[in-house]
Amino acid sequence: MLECNEITKTYGRKTAIDHVSMKLEPGHIYAMLGPNGSGKTTIMKMIVGLVKPNSGSILYRGVPVNKESRCEIAYMSTEPYFYSWMTAADVGKYYDDFFEDFSMERYLYLLERMELTPDMKTKTLSSGMMAKLKIAVTMARKAKVYLLDEPLNGIDLLARDVIIRTVIEECGPDVALVISSHLVDELERVVDSAIFMKEGRLVLMGEVEELRIQQGKSVVDLYREIYGHGGEA
Amino acid sequence: MEYNAAIPIYLQVMTSIKRDIVTGKIQPGEKLPSVRDLAIQYSINPNTVSRVYRELEMEHVCFTKRGMGTFVTEDTNHVVQMREDMARGLVQEFLAGMRQLGISEEEAEKLVDEYREKEKRKSGC
Repeated sequence: MLECNEITKTYGRKTAIDHVSMKLEPGHIYAMLGPNGSGKTTIMKMIVGLVKPNSGSILYRGVPVNKESRCEIAYMSTEPYFYSWMTAADVGKYYDDFFEDFSMERYLYLLERMELTPDMKTKTLSSGMMAKLKIAVTMARKAKVYLLDEPLNGIDLLARDVIIRTVIEECGPDVALVISSHLVDELERVVDSAIFMKEGRLVLMGEVEELRIQQGKSVVDLYREIYGHGGEA
Repeated sequence: MEYNAAIPIYLQVMTSIKRDIVTGKIQPGEKLPSVRDLAIQYSINPNTVSRVYRELEMEHVCFTKRGMGTFVTEDTNHVVQMREDMARGLVQEFLAGMRQLGISEEEAEKLVDEYREKEKRKSGC
């Protein structure tokens, strides 16, 4: 469904992404793992066309990613991207104008689930509430690919459960979902595949149940092995 | 449910469902939740649930009616068998753990008897 072929991105002398190839298939939830600076965000931004690779190609349904593919790929960035005067309702309208696949009904339902109300001003939201708002507005799109960059950061345990539940509900057989995080154990049960990034390279990609069967290792175990005990797991 | 992340999750969920069947929490012939509902209930990946149902079917613990869902076996003999198998599995695990400590089966049996005696006295009967 989505294919990265040997993509490379350099910023000056620094190589942010180094010949990464991967295939994402519908019906799967992927964890994209790695410490800060390993290239997770850059890959997501390249998939939605916000960053151009220096070389390599990214294909969505066999065609290089473009404006049309963005209509089916929902991306949630780590940076807040709403105007401070907006209320939660305004954020919904803003998305409704931008994305054809946005469902206001679904958005209002998700807001309620996240214990937010449409009249809340984004300016006054705590960082946890902002994180929940971002999830609600992103998941209210009926996209085919969801890229969630650090959705669990700064969110309390109960809200994490709500988010994980929402992710499971949304992952139909025709949807691919990628969640980047360094909260590895939170994702352990939810994802079926893991992508390990290190210094811009993809070092391991596999189905987590197979890794458990073949190696008797959890995702957390693998994370420690790959990044050493000084990792963030 | 608490998981051990190093053991395949589908095996842990299978055990949990089988336990519910042998204890009668889920009745023979009862309909099991859809893949999605079970995924939400256990907070696990839907593909893992599909695997759980596939494996349970292979063990004849449940069966699929086309377009209707997954159901627990109606064969009560099979449920009795399952209960015995699971109990045997626990005994096996227990003895394997004892063996690792260098404790023979006879010694282990004695330890169990002693333990039960002590517990009985504690509860005052």
